[in-house]
Amino acid sequence: MADAKVIPFDDDRRGAGGRTSGRAGRPAARRRARERGDGGLAPVGEVPGAAEGPGAPTGPETAEGATGGGTASAGTPGSSGEPPVLDRLLGEGWDARTARGLSFLRRRLTGEYEVDDFGYDAELTDAVLMSLVRPLYEKYFRVEVRGVENIPADGGALVVANHSGTLPWDGLMLQVAVHDHHPAERTLRLLAADLVFMLPVVNELARKAGHTLACAEDAERLLERGEVVGVMPEGFKGIGKPFSERYKLQRFGRGGFVSTALKAGAPIVPCSIVGAEEIYPMIGNSRTLARLLGFPYFPITPTFPLLGPLGAIPLPTKWTIQFGEPIPTDGYPQEAADDPMLMFNLTDQVRETIQHTLYKLLVQRRSVFF
Amino acid sequence: MGRVVLVTGAGRQLTARFIRRVQRDGDIDRLIAVDVQPPAHQLGSAEFIAADIRQPAIGRLLAEHHVDTVVHMDVNGTPIGPRGSRTSVKETNVIGTMQLLGACQKAPSVRRLVVKSSTNVYGSAPRDPAVFVESTVAKALPSGGFAKDAVEVEGYVRGFARRRPDVSVTVLRFANILGPTADTPLAEYFKLPVLPTVFGYDPRLQFVHEDDAVEVLALASGEPRRGSYSAGTFNIAGGGVLLLSQCARRLGRPTAPMLLPAIRWAGSALRAVGVTDFSPEQIRLLTHGRVVRTSQMREMLGFTPMFTTAEAFGDFAGSQPPGLLPPRTLAGAVDRLQEAVRHG
Repeated sequence: MADAKVIPFDDDRRGAGGRTSGRAGRPAARRRARERGDGGLAPVGEVPGAAEGPGAPTGPETAEGATGGGTASAGTPGSSGEPPVLDRLLGEGWDARTARGLSFLRRRLTGEYEVDDFGYDAELTDAVLMSLVRPLYEKYFRVEVRGVENIPADGGALVVANHSGTLPWDGLMLQVAVHDHHPAERTLRLLAADLVFMLPVVNELARKAGHTLACAEDAERLLERGEVVGVMPEGFKGIGKPFSERYKLQRFGRGGFVSTALKAGAPIVPCSIVGAEEIYPMIGNSRTLARLLGFPYFPITPTFPLLGPLGAIPLPTKWTIQFGEPIPTDGYPQEAADDPMLMFNLTDQVRETIQHTLYKLLVQRRSVFF
Repeated sequence: MGRVVLVTGAGRQLTARFIRRVQRDGDIDRLIAVDVQPPAHQLGSAEFIAADIRQPAIGRLLAEHHVDTVVHMDVNGTPIGPRGSRTSVKETNVIGTMQLLGACQKAPSVRRLVVKSSTNVYGSAPRDPAVFVESTVAKALPSGGFAKDAVEVEGYVRGFARRRPDVSVTVLRFANILGPTADTPLAEYFKLPVLPTVFGYDPRLQFVHEDDAVEVLALASGEPRRGSYSAGTFNIAGGGVLLLSQCARRLGRPTAPMLLPAIRWAGSALRAVGVTDFSPEQIRLLTHGRVVRTSQMREMLGFTPMFTTAEAFGDFAGSQPPGLLPPRTLAGAVDRLQEAVRHG
């Protein structure tokens, strides 16, 4: 948000009613900021009211809040009238951004924010976590998103994607793609392997970013609540496959995702990700080390154990994420979710769609890196 | 003929509150409170009978007084005083429940049984679903401590329900009970000046206010209301979720993240000097957290808690002395910074 270059776009869009598209679009974060108090200094006046959880607020604080609100309304026209030095140095509207940042800091410090049952911290994800991954998405992998409008604007949907790349960067990029580019500003709730929730720090961040364990209970609950759920049914078989098998879809588990979608009546959106296969070309797999460390695989890439931590830097490939036509699942009878033949057929249909789209995208691709 | 209610675990503060609460309803003829030691809390007009539920004598008590409702609240994680031992608590939980249920089985007058259990029965493991429902079977069953007791108690209760299908059996799985006077292990934990946390984990916690706990026990021990159904197992928790980091910030207490092995060691050290009961299952809770679904409670039992998780915690935090980093001071500091930025 501190990037001065995006400010004019920002203002244009706000004036035009705030539509998305465009690379720098961070609609959700911006919309929330606007809700908090239209970019002005109002948030500060508002927060003391919200912060009355612990230790009932008493005289001084409310008084302070009231004076804060007062000076805010007085201060805004003043700062827009004259062009002060700070405005030129820090870019226009810096004070509004500082105010927003400080009220964010205030909410974080006092614990006055909300998380859902799964631990999804929408505010932290929008303001911090997404901004951390976004440079990677925009500048490093230069992700091109196609057909994001195939995710319905409301109601539950199950995004099924291929999985690759040794480390699950593709999941994160998929999340940024939906977050930044979907016209209805939807958030993707990814289902992650249990390993994610066993690792310290990783599990904490994953929960706060809205991920949850890949199990039928959690997926059903999320779909019932009308969330967009992202799943990569290949699992470790897909992400940990050798470089020679790139873009060959692995078996889609037992197709549990199909029956979950059927039970919830949520459409399945097939999604093909090209570019993630080449970020860490896995030329070997040390089974002994994997078993020793309790990981499903231990990758050996041209750089990884050789250059130590430097080997964890992915190759800057050019990515394409293509969302396909949604496959409706609401036309089936109640007991269809237990019909194995139907499950296999639907699973195959989804798998074929993703595989064909992958081949199509690969043919169109000019080079791995551009 | 009026109702005769027998309540176990009368020495506990929550039980005493429950006893005082049901007296206000007025549809109870006799209220018999049972515990080993005379209670330290006011019981109102209830009759206290010193009896050990681990002894078969409890059966005579049931028959003598024609008890029709048994509220079993003597299922606890911690000993009552600082001198009580974990072994005797376990014995009361497990053997006591066995004896009590045996006695209930032989007492034809018993029509209703309410058991206070805990969401501890779900355990806490990274492989579990994020939200537990009543029918979830935990991936890793609790291996010891109170959680195992609760699992065993519920097993006996299920057996009893099979053998006496005419008795309405209600099992209430309470989330962590919190409130201004709660004396649960988690409340003790939140009273520490610096909260030791597990590095790299931010568990999701759910609380139920003590007032709500008393209310739901009163609701379950009475005749079910029209359209509601009180037999069965219910998760009892306030709506919403708080992360441990949020709790610490709202309390204004700094956290001290420690690696898991270190915190295990520190836990046993703290326990040895008697500062707080930092049991392995509490460490597990503070590592992986636990959230339960409460739609059964709302729809079947017809109970809506007055306090959400955040409100219950707020009420608890309000009753505590301010911590080292009071949220109000921090908010004030940010506001002053804001002022400085605006004028500078």
